[in-house]
Amino acid sequence: MPEVLIRAENLTKKYDDFLAVDKIDFEVFKAECCGFLGPNGAGKTTTIKMIHCVLPLTSGSLAVAGMNVSEKPREIKKMIGVAPQEENLDPDFTVIMNLLVYARYFDIPKPEALKCAEKLLKFSQLEEKRNVIIDQLSTGMKRRLILARALINEPQILLLDEPTTGLDPQARHLIWDKVRSLKKQGVTIILTTHYMDEAAELCDRTLIMDHGKIIEEGKPAELVKKHVGEDVLEMDYDPEVMKVLQEKFPEARLEMVGDRIRVFTAQPHGVFEDFLRDFPTKGATIRNANLEDVFLKLTGRQLRE
Amino acid sequence: MKRRDRFAASFKLPELTYRVWKVWQRDFDVFMKTWKVNFFPPLLEPIFYLVALGYGLGGFVSNIEGLPYIQFIAPALVAISVMNSSFFECTYGSFVRMYYQKTFDGIITTPINVEEVIAGELLWGATRSLVSSTIVLGVVAAFGLISSPLFILIPPIAFLGGLMFSSIGMCFTAIAPNIDFFNYPGFLFITPMFLLSNTFFPFSRFPPALQTFALAVLPLVHQVTLTRGLMLGNLESLLLLSIIWIAAVTIFFFILSINLMKRRLIK
Repeated sequence: MPEVLIRAENLTKKYDDFLAVDKIDFEVFKAECCGFLGPNGAGKTTTIKMIHCVLPLTSGSLAVAGMNVSEKPREIKKMIGVAPQEENLDPDFTVIMNLLVYARYFDIPKPEALKCAEKLLKFSQLEEKRNVIIDQLSTGMKRRLILARALINEPQILLLDEPTTGLDPQARHLIWDKVRSLKKQGVTIILTTHYMDEAAELCDRTLIMDHGKIIEEGKPAELVKKHVGEDVLEMDYDPEVMKVLQEKFPEARLEMVGDRIRVFTAQPHGVFEDFLRDFPTKGATIRNANLEDVFLKLTGRQLRE
Repeated sequence: MKRRDRFAASFKLPELTYRVWKVWQRDFDVFMKTWKVNFFPPLLEPIFYLVALGYGLGGFVSNIEGLPYIQFIAPALVAISVMNSSFFECTYGSFVRMYYQKTFDGIITTPINVEEVIAGELLWGATRSLVSSTIVLGVVAAFGLISSPLFILIPPIAFLGGLMFSSIGMCFTAIAPNIDFFNYPGFLFITPMFLLSNTFFPFSRFPPALQTFALAVLPLVHQVTLTRGLMLGNLESLLLLSIIWIAAVTIFFFILSINLMKRRLIK
């Protein structure tokens, strides 16, 4: 069994009239990349903020490396790096000063901080922007600098709250590369994201949250297999076709989104090909089932026939 | 639990360590980046006041309490700069860092806690008062308006007074819904104090009841009393009262403002 680094039991966060996190239990293991997925308002960011000790718990318990978050916040924060969702780089400083000032908050001595900052500038490909003021960076550069800043204290745990939201594909892939290389170095990573491809790409394990609860948990590939099978058949809606589909795949889940039908089945690979051979249908496609299908199935919004 | 009850329950003395200075250092570094611009206003403003009011208006004014008018207003200018620099640093300045720049959010993800962030801001505000008022003091000295060696005690008193005005300002920051809100304390608190605190005309113009009221509630009155006493070398018992008043009010608002900010930042 891998070592448990973070353990939450009955973890709850309640605001005046809103239950943001509702008695959740979870564990994060050492050196894994664990994804928290969920629609907006599901409680992901709240959970992340409780892990790095800036939000007090309402009830339940939360321990990081065996330390209670309410008792040892400083010790815990020392071993965590945080890349928040909201850009909060210090606009009064240049790129390098952002790293150095941050290092000072961690009591890192100046020469060591400078060495580490140079290394991180290289890592985040910002060497040329060393003396540029934050305002003049692109969104992608800012995200990379936030990642670099989160690494200044050489954290054992890295919290990435929507690290690629709003980035173009090039910038996203660059961040993904960096995350993968950190994972290889043995950093434990907790990632929240709205992008299911990102979660499937990076996460060893995902927890799906909705309305403050964890509603499912598992390896991305296993979740896909368990909830939506292997293939998905998509075609234009037609009452005739619908009837045939229902006869042919009585156990299948038929979902209508707009004027398209999606057919999910637990049957093995190949059944849809056979079907289309017998009933050639215009505009029909067969694709691999993915994490987004799981996500939509579990968190709702589907209209079932 | 209601909001107010929760605040009362969580109210406590702030837990502060040396890390307060890391926050102070951050603000200091930013200040030093543009130090020329920052040194300009406290250098020029008192010159304008001394020339316009001291020489200009002072020509029409007979001596006040045995002092030439320019000598009467000189200590007030020092005290006013104590008030203005820290109050505005910890209202507009802190609000921008908290709300627009999210600087505080960034700092509290490090081993520094929120109490230390606010305490660092308050000490920084006090430092701004020290710097500005010392420059003003230099200008006043250049005009030959200092008559006692006790004037060397004015900077430490400026730091203390700066901490008081920082803490009062930070309480407004903790409850400000938006940045325009600071117009209220600016015009209802700072401007009247600027004009009515024994600054440009003596207190004795007021009826006794009003004098007592001003002594009881206007922080600038005490800052002016102390500065004037030390600049002129008049050690009267009122100075002791003023320093006790300032110390007590500083402690009260220092603790209150940190708790109010904690309530605002940690939901």
